Order: sequence, then structure tokens, then C-alpha cells
Amino acid sequence: MNQQKQAGTIKIQKENSMLKQKQMLAEHFMALSQVRETGKKVVYTFVPGNLTELIYTFDMLPVYPEINALQSGMRKKSHDYIREAEDLGYSEDVCSYVKCDIGMMLQGNIGPTGQKLPDPDILLLSYTGCFVFMKWFENLKQLYPNAEIAMLHIPYQEAGRIEPDAVNYIKKQLLSEVIPVFEKVSGTSFEEKVLAKKMDLSAQAEDLLIEVFDSAQQKPSPIDAYFGGVYYIGPIFTAFRGSESCVDYYRELVKDVDYRIQNKLGPLTPDGYLEQEQYRLVVEGPPNWTHFRNFWKIFYDQGAVFVGSSYTRVGGVYDDGFRHSPDDPLRSLAEYCLGCYTNRNLPQRIDLLERFIRRYHADGFLVNSIKSCNSFSAGQLVMMRDLEERLQIPVGFIETDLVDPRYYSYSNIKNRLDSFFQMLDQRHTVRVTDDWLSDDVLA
Amino acid sequence: METWMPETYDDAITQSRALFEDLTYTYPREWKAKADTRRLIGYLPIYIPREIIHALDMLPVGLFGAGDRLPVVRGDAFFQSYICHLPRTVIELALNGNLDDFDGFIFPSICDVIRNLSGIFRMKMGDRYVRYLDFPQNFNPEVGGTYYRSELERLIDDLSKLNGVVLTNSALNKAIHLYNRNRNLLQRLDSIRVDRPHVVSATDFYLIRRAGQILEVEECNRFWQRVIDLADSIVREPEDKIRVVVSGSFCEQPPLGLIKTIENAGCYIVEDDFQLGLNWFRHELPADTDDPLGVLVDAYLNHSPASSAVYTTEEARGKALLSQVQEQKADGVIFCAPSFCDPALLDRPALEQSMDQNHIKHFSFQYHENLGQFHVIKEQAGTFADMVKLWE
Repeated sequence: MNQQKQAGTIKIQKENSMLKQKQMLAEHFMALSQVRETGKKVVYTFVPGNLTELIYTFDMLPVYPEINALQSGMRKKSHDYIREAEDLGYSEDVCSYVKCDIGMMLQGNIGPTGQKLPDPDILLLSYTGCFVFMKWFENLKQLYPNAEIAMLHIPYQEAGRIEPDAVNYIKKQLLSEVIPVFEKVSGTSFEEKVLAKKMDLSAQAEDLLIEVFDSAQQKPSPIDAYFGGVYYIGPIFTAFRGSESCVDYYRELVKDVDYRIQNKLGPLTPDGYLEQEQYRLVVEGPPNWTHFRNFWKIFYDQGAVFVGSSYTRVGGVYDDGFRHSPDDPLRSLAEYCLGCYTNRNLPQRIDLLERFIRRYHADGFLVNSIKSCNSFSAGQLVMMRDLEERLQIPVGFIETDLVDPRYYSYSNIKNRLDSFFQMLDQRHTVRVTDDWLSDDVLA
Repeated sequence: METWMPETYDDAITQSRALFEDLTYTYPREWKAKADTRRLIGYLPIYIPREIIHALDMLPVGLFGAGDRLPVVRGDAFFQSYICHLPRTVIELALNGNLDDFDGFIFPSICDVIRNLSGIFRMKMGDRYVRYLDFPQNFNPEVGGTYYRSELERLIDDLSKLNGVVLTNSALNKAIHLYNRNRNLLQRLDSIRVDRPHVVSATDFYLIRRAGQILEVEECNRFWQRVIDLADSIVREPEDKIRVVVSGSFCEQPPLGLIKTIENAGCYIVEDDFQLGLNWFRHELPADTDDPLGVLVDAYLNHSPASSAVYTTEEARGKALLSQVQEQKADGVIFCAPSFCDPALLDRPALEQSMDQNHIKHFSFQYHENLGQFHVIKEQAGTFADMVKLWE
């Protein structure tokens, strides 16, 4: 099942699902590089509230500026891109994804495969759970004046529930604003049946993804739902939801996870399988991308594994039973958008995190507060204290940024985490003697 | 209770300043105490349809933070250092009990911080009405209009439960009429500041306007009319200052000292967006229709200003700023935005570019509401004024 190769003294292991994902990405970027020849149209859009099934219904190709930005961060390119945008007048205070994306565009829009990304034919602004998205695409419109623009406003779940008026509002926007632009640019008429078929495939992939997330109930956990999680969500959050290949990927991933469960293996890290699970954590907030491996290593070196994370729900929450549905697919897309993590109000977010902590038997809760991202960060301190009070669970707090390397301070993070791990150690000791967490908390 | 018919212009400023500085909200509390059905509704920047609140026998009270007038003790424990300052003082006011007499809070959809602050209020002030009001970003009457109307209807239903008052068309029409007059008076005050900035200083104008965020609308109208009458008789000599438009301060407010610093550095502020929501509509709304709620919906969809909180890809904000510069005969623009303010700071590069293309001089800086050191800004603004005077 697993392939291994030697790189110096470090074993780099690749599971079948990883190879599958790599192949899918290569094919996608190849398709993007060939749009001049194929005539396919390109849609720039965002991960939360993405309408991938609808884009493919019109045989167009999606590009996700956030993904470009995080990949630029991982490839150590973001610093230059951010500087480029700041030279243009963007404040140091604003979202580094935006600045990285604009800087990347100004420096030639070279994608992760080294090929130039095509310009957008459509800017699909799905304004879901993040106000900055709106400003981001207003700025992109100035840089790509020839692109058509379609705006989809997703109301916030301010009262902690999906209001029927909000669903109707989104459906109307899809019918009157988004689909007409897609039809105009693609030259293809909308067929609900085509969309419905893709929605069915999405639901299959979502079932499998939840199976993967739920494997974190095992001890040791066979997955890392944060650092590993960003790979697990890759296909379903980006260009592949609604495709056969996406379902195939998750079938492979489930097999890989089952293999680890059968062999009592922990999650796969860059240094191999995690051998000794020491701490089980739930984390709130996106990861840092500029020092991704270094950041991850701080945790796995200590035997810390993330059994749940909110970031892996940013492109869709499937834990409470929602699945894309072929019945009334536009309604289903509306409900999907409304349910994305950062479109939920703070009490809802806390409830979801509590559920992760209980369901996956976490020992501690950590906030990685991102300087760039007010959508996530504003309110996290309140969320943290609330969970601490509710569950009597140790909590930790660190600060990094998405793709601005100036805000990654290894020593600060390490110091804070060392204290957090010490606190967890003390609780472990107490747990052994006093069984401090009551049954209902662990249920 | 204080009368709002000052004897002199200076008295008007003194009264306005006292209202501005009163973080215990004496005026709203005394207003509420006069009748059992009266309720206080706090709202965050930028705009809410205050007509609805007034028509329900409630007082809309603007919550614009506490500036430099309140030490932040607990508020900092709610927000990381890289989040703007306004929510810290708002939550500090709430935790200190300054907002205990308020019955509800409305958070307009202008940014992620205000949005999440609504969640914190839900958690910490759960016995009050808390509402995040999601304004439509789709301006098609059949789409965004229908949605907005349903949002407002839900707001009306919720508010009615607070005091049992049922909203009537007649009451809403009357409120629209009163706020028409309110906006008209504000525009007349603004004209004085534009035509004679040496008479009504930017600081004075700020304080007078700020009273409009608290006073009951009829009282405010009487007060502003009185100020207009008093200002007409003031004689002061103009100074050798340039005329500037200040842009980017629509939410977290600059400290008074900062406004004064800009003036003292040689700049008459002839246009700004400090309290944009008070003058959201620049024309009179129909006040005698069978569908006054529809009037408010239509006004929002079709007559909202080119605010950073309202979606557009048509370079409308640059054009609007340019037209402000031209109409007010301004010599330049000062981009004055709060630190960490996504809406203002993400709009700034395009606005700067627009000013460059039209050869309008500008400079920019950031502040926070409790800024105490203005020396650098004074030097910047002074240099800017000198540059304009030397080269124009």
C-alpha cells in the first residue's frame, strides 16, 4: 500500500491517496495551462461557499486565489509578493492572502507548477463568511478589467440558524446573477440534471470525508485533522468536488486510513508515521503556511496529534449531516454556502468545537490566531475561555499568520507550546489518578 | 433634563461636547425613563434605518466606541493586538455596566470584526436583543430588495416584542419625515462648514454631528436648527489654510485631538466620512406613501453612498471621492483610516490611484481611537499643507 523512498537519511513515505491527489492537481494545472488551446473558460473563486459543481456544469475550470496564496507561502514566494503589494499601497495591517495574490499577479501570475495561470474569464465572488473576499474581488476586478463578474452574497447565520429568506435570496442570485454570467461566458445553457449528477458525487465524497474525520475517535488517531487535514480536504474544498476522481481519491484515503487503523499507526508526518501519541488536540484557526513543516514538527516531535480542527470545515461543514443533494440542487448549494464554518455565528462555532473535543476525546484545545484573518480571529479569545469553562479542558493560544513570514516567530510559538504541553502533562497525571474528565464530557 | 436650545454657539459646542463625553449615557437613560414603552437600541457604525426604531418608540443610540475617554482594562482580553480598537471600548462599556439600560443592539454588516462582536454580545449580553443586520450586496429590487425587506420585517417583529408597540405606516412615514429634516439640517450645517470653515471648525462640526447619534430626532432637529441660526451670526477671519477631504474614518472614530491637529497644521476639513451613517441618503425620501418600509428598502438599494461597506466594481468610490474634492473645492485628500480596518485600508490603494490619475494631492496615515500622540501627524499634515500652498 505504501511506497517509500530514501531522501538522505529521512524516509519520505507516500500513500496511494497522496499520489492520487498529486496526479489530480497536476492534471488540473495542466488543463489550466492549456486553456488557449482548449478554449475552456476560467473562473476565479473562493474556497468557502465555492460552487465547483456549478462551474463544472458549464465545463469551466476553477482557480482559487486563496490556494495560490497558500501555495506561494509554502514555496517561500509570499514574502516578495506581499512586498510588491505593499509597495503599491496595501497596508501591512490587511489580509496577507490578498496582498500575496495581488503581488503574484503583478509578478506574472506564475502558479505552483511554474506555469503561468490563465487570466480569469469570470470572477465569481462568493461572499461567504469573510468580508475581505468582497474587497479582494473588487481589487481583482481592477486588475482584470475584462473579466465578467458574478457576485453571490451569502448572508451570515447571525441567529445560529439558516433562515428560509436567506436560502431564497441565494437561489434567486444564482438564477438571476450567477448562472446567466456562466451561460454567457461558457456559451452553454444551464442543465439542472447535469448539476444534480455532480451533486450526487459530491455527497459520496462527503460521506467518505466524514469517515476519515471520524477515524480520529480511534486511539491512536490514524489521522492528523489539522496538518494532515489540509491534504485530506484538498480535493473536496477545491477543484474536484462533484467529480468521479474526487470520490476515487476519498476511497483511496479511506483505505490508507484503514491500513493505519489495522496496524495501530498514527498519522503520516513528513518524518514518517507518528509513533507515540502523547496529546490529542482540537485546534481553531487556519495553519501558518510559510513554515508549515517547521510548525507541524513542533507538534509531532512532542507526540501531539490534532484530532479535530475548524479549519478543515472552512470549505464546508459535513459533520452535522449536510450533504450536497441532487434534489433541488440550487437550494442545496445555498444551504452548503450558508453552513460553511466562518459563516456560522460564534456560539455555533463554539458548539462545533465542543463536539470535536468530546467526539474525538481531545486532551486540550488550541487556538492558532491568524493576524491576517479577522473572520476567524475576532472572538477567538472568548471562544477559548468559553470552552475552557464548559469542559474544564486545558487551552493554549499562539499567534502566526497565513502567508506573511514576518509574523512567524518560532521561539515565541515554541515557548507557548512548551507551557501548553506542560499543562497537558499535569492534566494527564491528574487524569490517571482522579479521572478528572467526567463520563459525559468523554461521551 | 437639559434643554437643547443653547443661548450661544459656544454653549452649543459645550453641550455637544458634554454629550459626547458622557459614557454613562445620561440623556438616553433620562429619555427612556419618561415612558414605560420607551426602549434604547444601541447601534454600531455605519448605517442603520433609524426611522424604524424611532417609529417603534425607541431611541437609536450610536455606539462609536469610547475613544481616549475610557481606559481599556477588560476589553483587551477579548481581542488580539492586531484587531482594531473600537470593539475593545464597546465591550468595555458593556462589561462596565455603561450599557445596562440598553434593551438591544444592532450590528450592521460592515466587516468581520463588527460581525463577530455581535457574537460576543450574544454570549455576554444574552438577556438583550442582539441583531447582526445583514444588508444586501445585491441591488436588484426583486432579489436583494426582497431579501432586505424580509430582514427589516424580522427586525421590526423582534423589536416590537421589546415594548409591544406595533409599527404603523403612519408612524413610519412620520419618522421618515423627521429624518428627512434631520439630514437636511445636517446638510445645511455642512454647507456652513464648507463655505466658512473658519466659522464652524471641523472639531465643532464633529461634536455637533455626534449629538445626532444620541439625541431624539425631534430634539436634534430643534438643536441643529438653533446651531445654524447661531452660526449665521458669527464673524471670524479666515486663515491661510488649505482645504482637504478626509477619507477612511467611517467606523472607528479619530480622537478629537487628531481632528484638531489636522486643522492646526493648516488644513480646513471641508468633507469627511466620520459619521457617514447620519447622512447616508442625500435626498429626501417620500414620507407619505402606503409602503414606507418599501421606501427605506428602495433608498438603500438605489441611493446608498459609495461606502466601503457597499459592494461595487465600478470604481464608484474613486469617482465619489473625486466629486467630493471638486464640489468642496478641496486642495487635497487625507486618507485617515483606523489601524487594522479592512474596509478602509483595502479600498485605499484604488482611491489613491484614482486621486493620482486626477492629479489630486494626498497623503495617508493610520490611527486608533485612543491615540494620544499627534506630533508626527501634525508634521505630516503641516508639510502637506505647505506643499500644496507652495506648488498650487
